[in-house]
Amino acid sequence: MELKEKLVSSFLAFENKGGLDLDSNVHSIRSKAMQNFEKEGFPTKKDEEWKYTSLRSILKKDLGLFPSTDKSIGFKDIKEYLMNDIESYTLIFIDGVFNSFLSDTTHDDCDVCVLSSALSRPKYKMIVDNYFNTIAKDNNSLADLNTAFTKEGAFINIPKNTIVQKPIQILNFSTGNESNVMLQPRNLVIVGENSHVQIIERHQNLSKNTTLTNSVTEIFVHKRAIVDFYKIQDDTKNSSLIDSTFVSQKQQSVASVHTYSFGGKIIRNNLEFYHEGEHITSNLNGISILNEKQHVDNHTLVNHKYPNCESHELYKGIYDDKSTGVFNGKVMVQQEAQKTNAFQQNNNILISDGATINAKPQLEIFADDVKCSHGCTIGQLDESALFYMQTRGIPKKEAKALLLFAFGNDVVEKIKIPKLKSKITKLIAQNLGVELGFDL
Amino acid sequence: MNKFTEDDLKKELETKEYEYGFYTDIEADKFPVGLNEEVVIAISKKKNEPEWMTEWRLNAFKVWKEMTEPDWANVNYEKPNFQDISYYSAPVQKPKLDSLDQVDPELLKTFEKLGISIDEQKRLSNVAVDIVVDSVSVATTFKKTLNEKGIIFMPISEAIQEHPELVKKYLGTIVPTTDNFYAALNSAVFSDGSFCYIPKGVTCPMELSTYFRINEGGTGQFERTLVIADKGSYVSYLEGCTAPARDENQLHAAVVELIALDDAEIKYSTVQNWFPGDAEGKGGVYNFVTKRGLCEKNAKISWTQVETGSAVTWKYPSCILKGDNSVGEFYSIAVTNHFQQADTGTKMIHLGKNTKSTIISKGVSAGKSQNSYRGLVHIGARAENARNFSQCDSLLMGNQCGAHTFPYIEAKNKTAQIEHEATTSKIGEDQLFYCNQRGIDTEKAIALIVNGFSKEVLNKLPMEFAVEAQKLLEISLEGSVG
Repeated sequence: MELKEKLVSSFLAFENKGGLDLDSNVHSIRSKAMQNFEKEGFPTKKDEEWKYTSLRSILKKDLGLFPSTDKSIGFKDIKEYLMNDIESYTLIFIDGVFNSFLSDTTHDDCDVCVLSSALSRPKYKMIVDNYFNTIAKDNNSLADLNTAFTKEGAFINIPKNTIVQKPIQILNFSTGNESNVMLQPRNLVIVGENSHVQIIERHQNLSKNTTLTNSVTEIFVHKRAIVDFYKIQDDTKNSSLIDSTFVSQKQQSVASVHTYSFGGKIIRNNLEFYHEGEHITSNLNGISILNEKQHVDNHTLVNHKYPNCESHELYKGIYDDKSTGVFNGKVMVQQEAQKTNAFQQNNNILISDGATINAKPQLEIFADDVKCSHGCTIGQLDESALFYMQTRGIPKKEAKALLLFAFGNDVVEKIKIPKLKSKITKLIAQNLGVELGFDL
Repeated sequence: MNKFTEDDLKKELETKEYEYGFYTDIEADKFPVGLNEEVVIAISKKKNEPEWMTEWRLNAFKVWKEMTEPDWANVNYEKPNFQDISYYSAPVQKPKLDSLDQVDPELLKTFEKLGISIDEQKRLSNVAVDIVVDSVSVATTFKKTLNEKGIIFMPISEAIQEHPELVKKYLGTIVPTTDNFYAALNSAVFSDGSFCYIPKGVTCPMELSTYFRINEGGTGQFERTLVIADKGSYVSYLEGCTAPARDENQLHAAVVELIALDDAEIKYSTVQNWFPGDAEGKGGVYNFVTKRGLCEKNAKISWTQVETGSAVTWKYPSCILKGDNSVGEFYSIAVTNHFQQADTGTKMIHLGKNTKSTIISKGVSAGKSQNSYRGLVHIGARAENARNFSQCDSLLMGNQCGAHTFPYIEAKNKTAQIEHEATTSKIGEDQLFYCNQRGIDTEKAIALIVNGFSKEVLNKLPMEFAVEAQKLLEISLEGSVG
């Protein structure tokens, strides 16, 4: 049976069996999303937005939709993926099910809990009705699919004037209880006026089996709030990730999303920013270091609708072996959005002959008093710099790694959590195959 | 050298007279509207084409029938009904005017601004020209020099008769009939166009553009151009004209194929100023063009274009850099005003080693127009040391217009070096103020700034056109401030 048919036919069972409230607003959103997905299906290479990324190889697999959770997973299994050297709130999901034993949630100053309880408790009904699926709905059949199967994920609700002292970690594990599995986590993040929060998200496959994660995150940033969202994508070679993140910003807010793609079979990031006020700043940073036959596709959209806003986009890519990178950065400046400053930069290095990069930095501008620029480069390492370092006694491999690290460093520098920065640095070293600290 | 004697002139005058004849009521040779196989065969027959050509057209027609009109471009227009068009009409004799007084004064004003000579003004607006000895003799000498060098330059319909081996070998090799909807349509029904062949090692002694200025016939609706530069040769070719062309045909679908064999160089310049529709956006020409060139070893193709006309433009002059060390260049200015829409750019396909390409694209949008750059830079897996530099700058005037860039960059070779830059800006208040302060009025100041903005591209045009193109930009933007 094709995956699409399987999803469509199991939708009813999912709604009935899951103990979900069928009278709620959410139920109608789900059904509508399912209808949309049924109509649109999975995107193919014929869609302009999916021109360079094909999902066929994953969709062929017989993916289990409702894996039974592995209860035997303990702290020791997940330790290496957790940042346990800093104090943090943690939300841990194993095969799509929340694990309260390993997690650390709170309801004190702010709500850091799970979406399933938010969806079912009357206390949160207002919030859910106001925010849930309000920005993740446009022409995106995969987001629709996720919406239809919304059940579990992180629910983060920060009230006004709150600075969340500890970063929040969201970790999604798959254990390979079933040979192939599809997971659909759904996160909802609401940050109130003048508040500040830092979130780290990671998807991790603990087995050698195939997984496909179709994740959707909606982030609402209110007036003058500051949000930093870090995505660590360093999964196994059999794991694929479709990650759609939608950010809606109110005036004078600052939202930054950092994406670190180091591993996975196919990674597709849809990152969209919508502006709902003036003097907003949006930051998009990304670094991809891939090898073997891995594929990463970064699709970004910044939609400037109001005057006096800024966006800064910086994506770097290093591609080795037969890996492929795609960058599609779209900046829209609507007619009213005068005095917009939008900058976009995409730099890539190809290390081997088999690697490919497809870039499409796209600007659509309808306002005249704006400063917009985009730059895109593809190149390779400077041979003379490499030679210079070798003459100074640095082995070729390390010299190469140093140069590549320097190339990606301006993205790493933007990390505001020091412990996370050193962790990312370590991951970069690991992916470049050297044992350097880079803390020279 | 053969002197052009008075007797020759007399003869020329006589033949000229005859050429136009007094029989002005020639039945307009026009096919009924609609397109089917019979029409395609009839066009071919009309042109007295050999069988292989008819077959070729029919094949293209078959392909076209299977295709659907593309709608991915960033333009909005009412799609033409292809069964509502007459696909063949012999050049219609326009009513001959006796003096310039009868010409639309608006048109004359434009001519004046462009600095076109009185004689040429007359010719362009179809006023009976008192034959100027000078221009006739120039035309004849041109023909002669071209013949001496072995350069073939004639309408493509004649070339099909006289040089079938060349046409057969190259026609449709660069833009195959299956390429796209409009190319297929053009292949099936093209009426005429130019054919140019430069033999081995010959440098074409004149800009073929200059020749055009004197001898150019009316441009057709479905034009087909084929330029072949044999090994080591050089040619510079210009199509179009700065003078505004009022054309009755709404749909234009031309195909241009360039072939530069080893060490050859082709410079192809276009100035397009077709009727853009009025200030309300009514009417205007749809210009859907497929242009492509192939570079063999060490060859070079350079496209230069100035686009100011047409209601809708859809045009991507491309270079296939097949041979090692070949070079492709693209310089473009697209100016849109009122309700014009332009979706234009280039494709640089790097296949050979050490290939280089440069893209400079300047877009100026004013009024309520939309101006898009759409380009592809592709580096094949075997294209070692390929190098590309792209720059696309947009200038926005007023807050009703839009500028868009859609660059596609695909690299499959690690030695590739690609740079792409794009900026969007507007004419600063301070820049205008500075000019005003020095006694330059706002309109002139804008022209000055726009010209400075487009200088890089204007410099690439053949000299005599550069001056006119510069003025053309001013005229196109007239009334866009305020």
